[in-house]
Amino acid sequence: MTRAVLALIARDLRLSGRVGGSGALSLVFFLMIVALVPFALGPDLNLLSRIGPAILWLAAVLATLIGLDRLFQADEEDGSLDLMTAAPVPLELVVLGKVTAHWLTTGLPLALAAPLFGLLVALDGTAMSSTALTLLAGTPALSFIGAVGAALTASIRRGGLILAVLVLPLMIPTLIFGVSAAQAASGGTVPFLVPLAVLAALTLIAAVVGTLAAAAALRWPE
Amino acid sequence: MRLSVDNLACRRSGRRIFANLSFGLGPGDALAVTGRNGAGKSSLLAILTGRLRPDAGQIAIADVGEASLPECLHAVGHRDGLKSSLTAGENLLFAQRILGAPRLSPGDALERLGLGHAHDLPVAYLSAGQRRRVALARLLVCARPLWLLDEPTAALDTASQAVLAALMAAHRAEGGLVIAATHQALGLSDATELRIETAAAAPVTDVTEDWA
Repeated sequence: MTRAVLALIARDLRLSGRVGGSGALSLVFFLMIVALVPFALGPDLNLLSRIGPAILWLAAVLATLIGLDRLFQADEEDGSLDLMTAAPVPLELVVLGKVTAHWLTTGLPLALAAPLFGLLVALDGTAMSSTALTLLAGTPALSFIGAVGAALTASIRRGGLILAVLVLPLMIPTLIFGVSAAQAASGGTVPFLVPLAVLAALTLIAAVVGTLAAAAALRWPE
Repeated sequence: MRLSVDNLACRRSGRRIFANLSFGLGPGDALAVTGRNGAGKSSLLAILTGRLRPDAGQIAIADVGEASLPECLHAVGHRDGLKSSLTAGENLLFAQRILGAPRLSPGDALERLGLGHAHDLPVAYLSAGQRRRVALARLLVCARPLWLLDEPTAALDTASQAVLAALMAAHRAEGGLVIAATHQALGLSDATELRIETAAAAPVTDVTEDWA
């Protein structure tokens, strides 16, 4: 059973690197948004470093949407999903495998690149590392929440916009606690660990609810 | 494995496709499902794979232990379940890992279908008939008792049709079951024929329903 899920993760990682896969696209998109903000706001370093964590988080939320619309749709269209439902593995584990692969190709690179991109918005060392840590803890929640929308829109052609409208409101709590944790590290009245613990809890809740909900949406008969 | 279908009915978008469909299959049996376009051949196969919910009737399986019906079958249809950017070998290896019960290696299975040279080629480079043969090679990489084939000979040349007929005969000789929806003779010896009558002959919808 574990072997089947590992095979699925390996396949999705391989697909993302091939022609037509999203690959490093979300990382490049992330860089674009973060790089555009200083141009829009002007060279006010104090302002940039104050809103820097918020910009990085907002960019991460938007970058997560890249490739999300194809998460289940691509498999629905070519019949691979029928193969997965015929496997002796619960559909929940299939969803878990696919979301893990999605996070490994989007959320994880974003979190790892955040300290570097933090330079563009004039973050200091503490803010950089705390933002990267909150992204590491919070981006799995974004992937799991997004998977529910991806499963609901799997059989809709060009469902990408509907997907964004469906899942972005659900990502608001993660965004709030992610940004407040990142900002708490560089001063403020709230200790860093409190919003970080809430963020980790949000990720764990999203992992359970998102997996079950996405599998139920995929199982919904025609 | 034994499969029995009793009084199956199918309704799609408020329209009755077929009703009162019954058949039973034992080890080594084959069923050729025939009927005009739109008669419900693919819908019957979709119900068996669990992708469509039947309107009425029962499907029962026996002699397979605790496995559910989708876990006992191989389905090869119009949507071939192949990823264009992966090679034929990678596609089959993935099918083998996720479906379990491995039998032939992907290389050997492709060799049996005369596609040994395509093992390291991305599926996107293959023709429609070659893609279909890669999908059929999936039947060989995992052992499953029931083969559901939807128009299996579509896009196949005569030589490949003969290979497919031999594969089906070997599968039946080992006690496997074959259900094929088809317009052409498949070379299935002494197969039961199930002819689905056209929707015009079937009773019209008896209850009002929402267009879910």
